[in-house]
Amino acid sequence: MTAMHENLAAFGHDPWWVVVIKVVLIFAVCVLLTLFNIWWERRVVARMQHRIGPNVHGPFGLLQSLADGVKLALKEDLTPINADKVVFVIAPVLAVVPAFVTFSVIPFGPVVDFFGHHTPLQLTDLPVATLFVMAIASIGIYGIVLGGWASGSTYSLLGGLRSSAQMISYEVAMGLALVAVFLYSGSLSTSAIVAAQGNLWFGLVLMPSFLIYAISMVGETNRAPFDLPEAEGELVGGFHTEYSSLKFALFFLAEYVNMATVSAIATTLFLGGWHVPFWIDHVWAGANTGYWPVLWFFLKLFGFIWVFIWLRGSLPRLRYDQFMALGWKRLIPLALVWILVVAVVRVVALENSFDPHWVAVPAVLFTVLMLVVLLRGPKAPALPVFENQGAYPTPPMPAGGAVRGAAAPLAVPVRPSTVSAPARSIEEAS
Amino acid sequence: MTIKEKLWDPVAGFAVTFTTQFKKPVTEQYPFQKEPTAPRFHGRHQLNRHPDGLEKCVGCELCAWACPADAIYVEGAENTDEVRYSPGERYGRVYQINYLRCILCGLCIEACPTRALTMTNEYELADDSRESLIYQKQDLLAPLQPGMEQPPHPMRLGDDEQDYYAPEGIVR
Repeated sequence: MTAMHENLAAFGHDPWWVVVIKVVLIFAVCVLLTLFNIWWERRVVARMQHRIGPNVHGPFGLLQSLADGVKLALKEDLTPINADKVVFVIAPVLAVVPAFVTFSVIPFGPVVDFFGHHTPLQLTDLPVATLFVMAIASIGIYGIVLGGWASGSTYSLLGGLRSSAQMISYEVAMGLALVAVFLYSGSLSTSAIVAAQGNLWFGLVLMPSFLIYAISMVGETNRAPFDLPEAEGELVGGFHTEYSSLKFALFFLAEYVNMATVSAIATTLFLGGWHVPFWIDHVWAGANTGYWPVLWFFLKLFGFIWVFIWLRGSLPRLRYDQFMALGWKRLIPLALVWILVVAVVRVVALENSFDPHWVAVPAVLFTVLMLVVLLRGPKAPALPVFENQGAYPTPPMPAGGAVRGAAAPLAVPVRPSTVSAPARSIEEAS
Repeated sequence: MTIKEKLWDPVAGFAVTFTTQFKKPVTEQYPFQKEPTAPRFHGRHQLNRHPDGLEKCVGCELCAWACPADAIYVEGAENTDEVRYSPGERYGRVYQINYLRCILCGLCIEACPTRALTMTNEYELADDSRESLIYQKQDLLAPLQPGMEQPPHPMRLGDDEQDYYAPEGIVR
């Protein structure tokens, strides 16, 4: 506990102008990250699909998202006649503000010389900063649910409901994944958790937690393959069907800032935060001091964003029941069992004073078990038995039931025909 | 399902997208860099001329009859010795192709008995009004080459149209 208090002692002494600069910087970084991420996603997904992506406006097409934003702002702002006017306007704001607020407790770097003032590269920290993050993330859901409800449209309502169910379900798995980190670091403050990862990242020693968090953060941000709330083919646009112009832009902004936020949390809690990767600090002592850690932090952040993009490029959207089954029947039980394992190892380590890093051994075993459980997928449902098989208009089922996996090579059965076709002469044919 | 199908196949798809990232994209930089079309690309139509500049179109309307999209409108008229546009008896007085309807299938080309109607490789046919997308005869006629003369004018290559359709050396 003393270590935690020492850590937090660095906060709360900033003069007002340092706080203002930090707030403005965080806001600017979030907005710029969004513009950059949209461009980057479009470029990377394009490469994954053999295309080039936006490359015309600005160097490498970097100004494309800015141009899209301006176009969006200049569009007509429609409010449906059935909409609840007040909530309809508040909802996008409610979605976007929490996404920004979370960044206030993300540590970008250690204590630095900030315009002649010694201060950590972090707006603030709380003894319960991670709980604060979870709480704020839940408020963001209100924006989406209320936006869907206030639109006065069935599509929006369905999208909003799906989204609320999805985000609440995956927040459970997310929170449980974080418990192991709290148990292991002994703190809920983000700066203390980063400090506890000086030697070994929690992503390695607590690999199952990391994997559960990584999966649930995709569900939490409504990104492919868990983008059911805005499933274009099924719900038109989901909760934002009725939104246009700047209000829609706010939802769009919230989605991308959320992506950056969960990636930043994952970096902070599992990948050592701003610490330089691969023990480079043993070779280069200055790597973890000054403003260099900001670079490492953003490299890790962009790594996560790239994984988001990779998932979007590779996976089809899950069906709703598959999605819920993954969250409730697999991720949550696995997370609970894993917390139990961590707690036992932790207690045994504390009482017998051996290196708590040995938790890495059960972590690897548990990860293998988890991957097997997750990749095996649900049991195929029993196929219904049809009467009168082969009767018109139903074709007969293939022997052994419906075909799964790759189709068998096409083979045309050779029928022994008794009557051979008469050879036609050229005169007949012409 | 085999073990491979259960455990490996869900992962293998990720490798496809990952490796594709580093392959050369197939995109053509179209508006900046125009690639030539295939030689027999079905582009905008063209009404051809005989070597002396007379039109090949005889106003038979077979193209209009062949058109599945009803995009071609032809009105034929009689040539006279004083005012002659084509070697034979008749010529196409009005010739319109509606590119809002045309599907560029090329059936009109196959129907044309005099090879008057062919297709070019030009494909930039976008425009912003209905009128401008109905191409008139003057829009479709091939430009005059050196040695050609703007019709109407008398037949320069012989006494009758057979000298145009089957010149010396070709068995009639």
